[in-house]
Amino acid sequence: MADENNFEAPLVDLRRRIEELEGYPEGSGHEAELDRLRGALDKKAREVFGKLTPWQTTLVARHFDRPYTLDYIDHLMEDWVEIHGDRSYADDPAIVGGLATFRGRSVAVIGHQKGRGTKERIFRNFGQPRPEGYRKALRIFKMAEKFNLPVLTLIDTPGAYPGIGAEERGQAEAIARNLIEMAALRVPIIVTVTGEGGSGGALALGVGNRVFMLEYSIYSVISPEGCAAILWKDQDRKAEAASALRLTASDLNRLGVIDAVIPEPIGGAHADHHAACQRVGDILEQALNELSEATAEELIAERHHKFSALGAFEER
Amino acid sequence: MPWFKKTKKPKPLRSDRARSTVPEGLWVKCQGCREIIYSKELARSLKICPKCGYHFRIEIEERIRLLLDKGFAELCSDLRPIDPLSFKDTKPYKDRLKAYQKRLGVPDAAFVLEGTMQGIPVILAAMNYRFMGGSMGSVVGEKIARAAEIATDRGIPLVVVSASGGARMQEGILSLMQMAKISAALNRLRQAGLPYISILTDPTTGGVTASFAMLGDINLAEPGALIGFAGPRVIEQTLRESLPEGFQRSEFLLEKGFLDMVVPRPELKAMVVRCLRHFTVRSIA
Repeated sequence: MADENNFEAPLVDLRRRIEELEGYPEGSGHEAELDRLRGALDKKAREVFGKLTPWQTTLVARHFDRPYTLDYIDHLMEDWVEIHGDRSYADDPAIVGGLATFRGRSVAVIGHQKGRGTKERIFRNFGQPRPEGYRKALRIFKMAEKFNLPVLTLIDTPGAYPGIGAEERGQAEAIARNLIEMAALRVPIIVTVTGEGGSGGALALGVGNRVFMLEYSIYSVISPEGCAAILWKDQDRKAEAASALRLTASDLNRLGVIDAVIPEPIGGAHADHHAACQRVGDILEQALNELSEATAEELIAERHHKFSALGAFEER
Repeated sequence: MPWFKKTKKPKPLRSDRARSTVPEGLWVKCQGCREIIYSKELARSLKICPKCGYHFRIEIEERIRLLLDKGFAELCSDLRPIDPLSFKDTKPYKDRLKAYQKRLGVPDAAFVLEGTMQGIPVILAAMNYRFMGGSMGSVVGEKIARAAEIATDRGIPLVVVSASGGARMQEGILSLMQMAKISAALNRLRQAGLPYISILTDPTTGGVTASFAMLGDINLAEPGALIGFAGPRVIEQTLRESLPEGFQRSEFLLEKGFLDMVVPRPELKAMVVRCLRHFTVRSIA
């Protein structure tokens, strides 16, 4: 029986065997077996990823090998110039931002950054920004506006960091400020949720003219664990909470919260960084082309209109 | 083998005899100084402890009467919540809504009103903590956004009273998006050069603090109100340590620079009016 959390196990096993055979020199008679295993992997991956539950999607969105912001920058951008610090307190490594050339255009790029490996994960605070991170982002938004550069944001955070220092330095104010300043920005903003869209900490980079989500990313008002702890008083009901919250890309697309779902390579973005990044790049390029002629007033009005329409209620 | 054993069954409580002759709620214990206060005296003093000045939470209707002059009117009263996600935890969201609506006689956790404050026309939005912890779903978000839009269109100031645990989980991502919606509406108000006064009351946390509550031209709060992004329990669980005394209270936020002032309840209206006069009455050079 497939364990709910361990749904990737058969794939991992196949990948390991393929890797092993690939290590042998060419012409050593393993080609037929390799072809068979690759075929089997492809089939199995389609099967497993074709029926992920919302909780399993959450686990894919949090996968340690998933491409992070700096991976997207690596694959898609040239002339990357990273910018540091909020000019009032510190530099927050949980958010990276800077300037880059993307397919012939100068752009500002800002995204959450999780670390790879224990040491870097701690350095990046597991992608949970403190107020400094949001204020650095704001600095870059304003810089982009000044130099008329479009802004690309990449969202991947469990949430804004809930710590004493973060509260003292105004976590709430930093997020709130970004929401109103993003609404007011005179240049195009294109948002892509690449992994975890964790509540206000995600939305603080999320007010855009376009909002996209990768196929197995999630975007939610609260983590499934947090929701289960509050509503069921039991963290172990997280799978139920994940279903109830409707946090998958297809759910958000259905609710009209996002503009498009970006399909991931077979087996998820973590199985093929290059393909995942290129797919994100293609949709970003298309969106940039669509928005390049818009005036500042049109961009602001579009954002206002887009977010004003969100919500479900009756009027009688 | 236990030392003592109950040999007789406990006597059942006799429901036919009144167990106490003191009616419910006649005396209240102050959460600030633990003094016992006569509840009528408390009601007379705007729910402020006469001994220590502790501000008890007050009902939204009283809050509105406290801030607006007589003769205000409700706007956007026909908005009703629905259940967009068919959300069900231990109880369906629909049933939860119905229970609150029945108990409190209101459709959701916010009011929008048009009125005056010492003669100055304003749009007031106020949140009701009693309704699902003042949580912000689509109706609350829409009402506050519309309050900002109406103020913008009429060219008058906006005053918002917050009291909320944050976004309403039962409406999922749509609740989160209310933060962006209201912020976009506040941007229009700002572009029109109109004042926005944010009044934070106990408690204001989560997505409400992290959007409109922190965005006032003037942010003011009642004494001792809990104000923060993450709730104190979440922080304690994350850090596995207890929090310092007074953490996330109004006075703490004033000290850290996120509030302009902490104003006792009886002076709140006068202070808002003083600010608005500076913003709206232009002096002639």
